[in-house]
Amino acid sequence: MGIVSKLRRTAAVAGFAAVAAMVSTAALAAGDTKHPEERDWHFSGIFGTVDVHSAQRGLQVYLEVCSGCHALKQVAYRNLSALGFTEGEIKAIAADFEVTAGPDSEGEMFQRPAIQSDNFVSPFPNEEAAKAANNGANPPDLSLQVKVHPDGANYIHALLTGYADAPDGVEVPDGASYNPFFRGGFIAMPQPLFEDGVEYSDGTAATVDQMATDVVNFLQWTAEPEMQQRKKMGFKVVIFMIILSALLYAGKRKLWANIDH
Amino acid sequence: MSAGNQTPVGNGLVKWIDSRLPVFSYLQKEYAEFQSPKNFNWFWNFGAILTFMLVLMMITGIFLAMQYQPNTELAFDSVERIMRDVNFGWLLRYMHANGGTFFFIAVYIHMFRGMYYGSYKNPRELLWILGVIILVLMMATAFMGYVLPWGQMSFWGATVITNLFSAIPLVGDSIVTLLWGGFSVDNATLNRFFALHYLLPFLIFGVVILHVISLHVSGSNNPLGVDPKGPQDTVSFHPYYTMKDSAGLAIFVTIFAFFVFFAPNFFGEPENYLAAQPLTTPAHIVPEWYFLPFFAILRSINFDIWFIEAKLGGVIAMFGAILVLFVLPWLDKSPVRSAKFRPVYKWFFWIFLLDCLLLGWVGGRAPDDLVFEGLALKVIHLGYLSTFWYFFHFIILLPLLGVFERPKPVPKSISESVLGGGNAGASATAKPMEKA
Ligand code: HEC
Ligand code: HEM
Repeated sequence: MGIVSKLRRTAAVAGFAAVAAMVSTAALAAGDTKHPEERDWHFSGIFGTVDVHSAQRGLQVYLEVCSGCHALKQVAYRNLSALGFTEGEIKAIAADFEVTAGPDSEGEMFQRPAIQSDNFVSPFPNEEAAKAANNGANPPDLSLQVKVHPDGANYIHALLTGYADAPDGVEVPDGASYNPFFRGGFIAMPQPLFEDGVEYSDGTAATVDQMATDVVNFLQWTAEPEMQQRKKMGFKVVIFMIILSALLYAGKRKLWANIDH
Repeated sequence: MSAGNQTPVGNGLVKWIDSRLPVFSYLQKEYAEFQSPKNFNWFWNFGAILTFMLVLMMITGIFLAMQYQPNTELAFDSVERIMRDVNFGWLLRYMHANGGTFFFIAVYIHMFRGMYYGSYKNPRELLWILGVIILVLMMATAFMGYVLPWGQMSFWGATVITNLFSAIPLVGDSIVTLLWGGFSVDNATLNRFFALHYLLPFLIFGVVILHVISLHVSGSNNPLGVDPKGPQDTVSFHPYYTMKDSAGLAIFVTIFAFFVFFAPNFFGEPENYLAAQPLTTPAHIVPEWYFLPFFAILRSINFDIWFIEAKLGGVIAMFGAILVLFVLPWLDKSPVRSAKFRPVYKWFFWIFLLDCLLLGWVGGRAPDDLVFEGLALKVIHLGYLSTFWYFFHFIILLPLLGVFERPKPVPKSISESVLGGGNAGASATAKPMEKA
C-alpha cells in the first residue's frame, strides 16, 4: 500500500484533494468485511524493488499450491528470467506442463511439453470446467489480482492468512469457507495454505505468513513486470523535468524582468 | 490574403513557399508578433498545455492502435500484451491512460478560469461555444476510449451509459440499438467505439483550430477583463508568452510524469484489470472521475417530474448540465468581465466550484450511503442539493446578479492598473505575476 497512501497524502497537499476523494470511492463493498492490515512490502514506495528471493519462493507456492485451481495466463515461462531463473531452470519448469499443439502434417492435434515461449498453462480448459471443479465459483486468473483489488497486496496477504472459524451463530454454506476479509465472509476457495505446505529449497521456514508473503511478492511481479524499469526511468524523467522547469522558469523571470505587469 | 507581399519572413526556399502559400507569414503574425495583454497570470497557461496534451494523446494513441485488437475475445489480452511485451508499451499505455486524466484536469481548470474572468462574454461568445464543443467531443472520446481495454468497468460503464439513451421517448431504443450495433454491448459495439475513438480526436483538432482562429480575432481576455488600449498594455506573444507557456508546460508535465511513472493507476479503477464478464455485475459501477459530477446529476433525478419519468429526467438533467454551458454568455448579463470587480459574483463563483467538487464526490458514492455515521443524511440528499445549486447558479443567480450586483470601479486600462497603487513607474524589478 505504501506508495498509494503516501501519494494520497501528497496529492491532497498538492490540491488534488477533491479528485482523490472521488477516486477513493473504489472503497470495498463494506458491510462488516474486515480491512486488511497494512504491511511493509519490498516493492512499495517510489524506491521499492522486487524482492527476488521472496518472489522466487512465491513461484514455488504458486506452482505447488495455487496452480491447481488458478491460471496465470498473462505470464510466459520465459518471463521468469526477470526473477533470476536460468534458461535451464525455466525449461524444466515449463516441461512439467502439457499444451495442445498442431495440427501436424497429418492434420492431427497433439500434446507436447510446454516450452519457454509458452504462456503459463491453465489448470482448466475453460471457465465452465473451472466452475464445475470449484463448487460453481470461478478461480480468477492470478496474473493481475494484485491490481484488481484496491490495496491488492495487503488484501491478498490478509485473505490467504485470514481463514478462521466462523463466529457463533454464523452458518457457513456448503462448499464455502469463512474468511472475514472476503466480501460477504464466505469464500468458495478452501484454505490453500498450511504450515509446511511447501518445502523451500533455501531453508526458509514455510509458515503460512511466509508463504502468503512470498506468493504476494510473486503476484506483484506478475501484475507489474515493468515496475522496476518504470521507476528507474521515472527518476531520470522527473529529475530532468524538474531541472528543465527550473531553467525555463528562471528564463521567464529574466525575460520579463523589465516589463511592468 | 495579401500577407504575401509584405512578408518579412526568411529567405530562399522559405520566401518562395511563403509567397505562394503564406504559412510562414501566418505563423509569424499569429504566433510571434501577435499582441497579448501583458498581465496574464499562470491560469492563461492551460491553452498551451491542452494543445500539448491533445497531441500527446494522438501520438500515444496511434502507437497503441498499432498493437491493440478491437475484438471482445482479444482486446483485454492485447492491452496486457502492450503492457508486457511491446517495447515501452507500458509507457505508451500509462501516458495515454493518465493523459486522459490530465487532459481533463487541464480542461476543467481552463474552463473555471474562463468563468472567473468572464472570458465567455462579448466578443468571445463563439470562442467559448467552440470550447464547449471541444469538451463534449473530449467526453465522447474518453468514454469510448475507456471501453477499449474491455475490462469490467469498460463493459459495465458502456452498458450503463448507452442504456441511458433508451429513456428518450420514441427513438430511444433505436438509438441504443444503433450504438450497440446489436442487442447488447458486444463485439460490434467495441468495433464502432474503436473507429470513433480514433476519429474524434481529429475532429477535436479541427475544432481547436477554429477555437484559436476565433481567439485571434478578439484577442485574449486577461485577469482584469479590460481590453488592451494600446501597445503599452501588450507584449508580443513571442518570446514573452512562448517562454512563459514553456515554463508552465514543463511544470505540468513534471507532475504528469510523476503519476505516469510512480502512481500510474492512481486515477484508475482497479476492477478494470479484470476482463469483462457480461454475466457478473460489479458491486459499484463508477465512471472515470472526470464524469462523476455529471453522473451525480444523472442519479439525483430519481423521481418523476410531472409526466417525465425519473430516468428520462435524469438524462435531461445530465445533458442539460453541459448544454447550459453553451448559453452561459447570455445568462450572465453583467457588463463587467472579471470577478475581481464583481464582489458578489466572486463569492458565488467559489460556491459554484465547491458545488462541482461536491457533485464529483456524490457521483462516486452509493446514493444510499450515509454521509456521516449516525446522521440521517444520505449521499443522495447532497446530490439533490448540489444538483439544484448547479442549475440555480446558471439559470437564476447569474441573470439576477447581472441586474442587481454593483460592480467595483474597473480600471481604465491594463497599464493604469499595473502601475497604480501609489508607486507608479517605480517597479522596474520583476514581480511574481500571480498577484492578480
Ligand atoms: C482448490 C482450489 C483453489 C486453490 C488451491 C487456490 N484457490 Fe484461490 N480461489 C479459488 C476459488 C474457487 C476462488 C473464487 C472464490 C469465490 O469467488 O468465492 C478463489 C479466489 C481467489 C482470489 C480472489 C479473491 C477475491 O477477492 O476475489 C485470490 C486472490 C486467490 N484465490 C488467490 C489464491 C492463491 C494465492 C492461492 C495459492 C496460495 C490460491 N488462491 C489457491 C480456488 C482455489
Ligand atoms: C482526445 C484525445 C484522446 C482521449 C481523451 C483518449 C482517451 C482514452 C482513454 C481514457 C482510454 C482508456 C485508457 C485505459 O484505461 O487503458 C483510451 C484508450 C485507447 N485509446 Fe485513446 N484517447 C484519445 C486519443 C486517441 C487517439 C488519437 C488514438 C489513436 C488511434 C487512441 C487510441 C486508443 C487505444 C488503441 C486505446 C486502448 C488501449 C488502452 O486501453 O490503453 N486514442 N483512450
